[in-house]
Amino acid sequence: MTAATATAPAAARSTASRGRRRIGRTAERWLLFAAVLALTVIVLLPVAIIVFTAFKPAAEVNAFPPTLVPGTWTLDNFTKIFSDLPFGRLFLNSLVFAGGVTVFALFFDSLAAYALARLDFRGNRVLLVVIVASLMIPFQATLIPVYQLVAQLGWVNTFAGLIIPRAADAFGIFFLRQFFLSLPRDLDNAARIDGAGEFRIFRSIVLPNAVPAMLTLAIFTFVNNWNDLLWPLVFTTSPEMGTITSGLTLLTGPSGIIPYGTMMAGSLIAVLPLAVMFLIMQRRFIESVATTGIK
Amino acid sequence: MTSLTRSRDRKRAYRPPAPLGGRPRSGRQAPIALLFLLPALVILIAFVGWPMLSALRLSFTDASGFGIEEWVGLDNYVRVFTDPRILATLGNTAVYTVLFTPTALIAALLLALLLGNRKLIARGFFRTALFLPFIVSLAVAAFAWTYLLDPQVGLLNYWLRSVGIQLGNVLQDPTLAMPTVVLVAIWKNFGFYMVIFIAGLQEIPESLYEAAKIDGAGAWRRFISVTLPQLSNTLAFVIVFAMIAALQAFDQIYVMTGGGPYRSTQTVVMEIYQEGFKKLDLGVATALSYVLLAATLILSLVQFRFFGRREKDNA
Repeated sequence: MTAATATAPAAARSTASRGRRRIGRTAERWLLFAAVLALTVIVLLPVAIIVFTAFKPAAEVNAFPPTLVPGTWTLDNFTKIFSDLPFGRLFLNSLVFAGGVTVFALFFDSLAAYALARLDFRGNRVLLVVIVASLMIPFQATLIPVYQLVAQLGWVNTFAGLIIPRAADAFGIFFLRQFFLSLPRDLDNAARIDGAGEFRIFRSIVLPNAVPAMLTLAIFTFVNNWNDLLWPLVFTTSPEMGTITSGLTLLTGPSGIIPYGTMMAGSLIAVLPLAVMFLIMQRRFIESVATTGIK
Repeated sequence: MTSLTRSRDRKRAYRPPAPLGGRPRSGRQAPIALLFLLPALVILIAFVGWPMLSALRLSFTDASGFGIEEWVGLDNYVRVFTDPRILATLGNTAVYTVLFTPTALIAALLLALLLGNRKLIARGFFRTALFLPFIVSLAVAAFAWTYLLDPQVGLLNYWLRSVGIQLGNVLQDPTLAMPTVVLVAIWKNFGFYMVIFIAGLQEIPESLYEAAKIDGAGAWRRFISVTLPQLSNTLAFVIVFAMIAALQAFDQIYVMTGGGPYRSTQTVVMEIYQEGFKKLDLGVATALSYVLLAATLILSLVQFRFFGRREKDNA
């Protein structure tokens, strides 16, 4: 627009230099794109090796020189993982364990967070400080007494043993409390005037408005437990009660020979539910990480 | 967020006048609060609070999980700090932390800066792709890397050999095994730190960069005097988070090396697991747990204090 009002030669000159600059910028853009693309390809190599190897026949898996993409595609590794391990059972165990922890922890954490954010009682502050302090305790530090307790309760190799010790979580309580504090109180008070009890207010006013935070916490909890190795390793001794993650480690026996094909097929199945969840809800997924990070 | 505002608008239509003193005071909600808190408190007391005390008691005994437990005073702690085998696990964890934290952070920050660049095409795609490793479990990541680095049939090992880099069997090499298990953890976690950095970078007001540009600051100078100080809170969080994660290293080590070769990757949590669940020396295992706990607490406190002070200086 400004070029139109300027004198002709000046306009020509400025268009030319702008054009040159644009070419420079385009080159810069593509260079940047190429660099990041190269980095991304390198980073995704382990993911690619899982996906491709899962469909490779045994001969190709152990062939030399090694290849990335299978020459012939086969489902043998998938049938083999179900015969080598009680794989369907392991998958179900993972689902019940990670899903169970998520459901319980979300319910109990949100109840506690509601009390800390909305209810007036003596010791509120102290309790909050204690809960925040307990965030710094790594679960590995209390694993032995927790195991003793679970064993005394007869919960080793049960879903109760896997789920109940994690049915509440200091981080979840703190995270939801922060979110509940940010919700306006007008609605609570209005409902209170209408004679609603605290549980009604919690269930029909606070929870529906806290769906984003609850979903964030749910994703976080589910992924962490689905992927956890040490916890199922300690609380399950029978191969029937293990999770996908702990079950797959049984393939790396002391023999030293690792059946890479079946292992990658198992790994692919282990990653798939999270990958699908991630690709469907990637915005929420990534935002959830970023928000839990900043808070 | 949108659902929140929408429902607020909807209710506003028939909301009664704002009640005076509608918010109860003076702690008279204690009974109902207790009901809300009870399930979580029972779980946390039973499975975090009580085990903390129980671990402390066990760390002063020679407990094995069976039979009589004798009080042995500080013996277990003395063993942790004098027995070269156990002392080495503290050293290994320190080495792991020192290798992991700065490398993961620099990789994450670098990629965050690249992805934060508005000139980059398909930023959303790259963010998704680079975050993908974070949803892969460390155990599965360990399987993939074990195959890639296999001395006979490993693709990465083969490629590196063809450009003249002879890695050999990294997982059996006492000097290379540790960097390898650290690499797997970096691969899994950098995307997480990167996403946090991207969010942190977006919080920095554009005007600061423009002011720096007017003052003639180059890209590096802008990074040092605008980006880094503005990002200090995020950095503090990520450093503490990464160090704490490093102190807890277990999964990929269990899968890839089992602590070997020659215990060169035997970390504190590997040792707690083996002493506590294989050798059944609960005294030493819980004493080591308390060392881990102390290290975790000290790190978080020191880091937050340091960055808190820097914040104040900058203000």
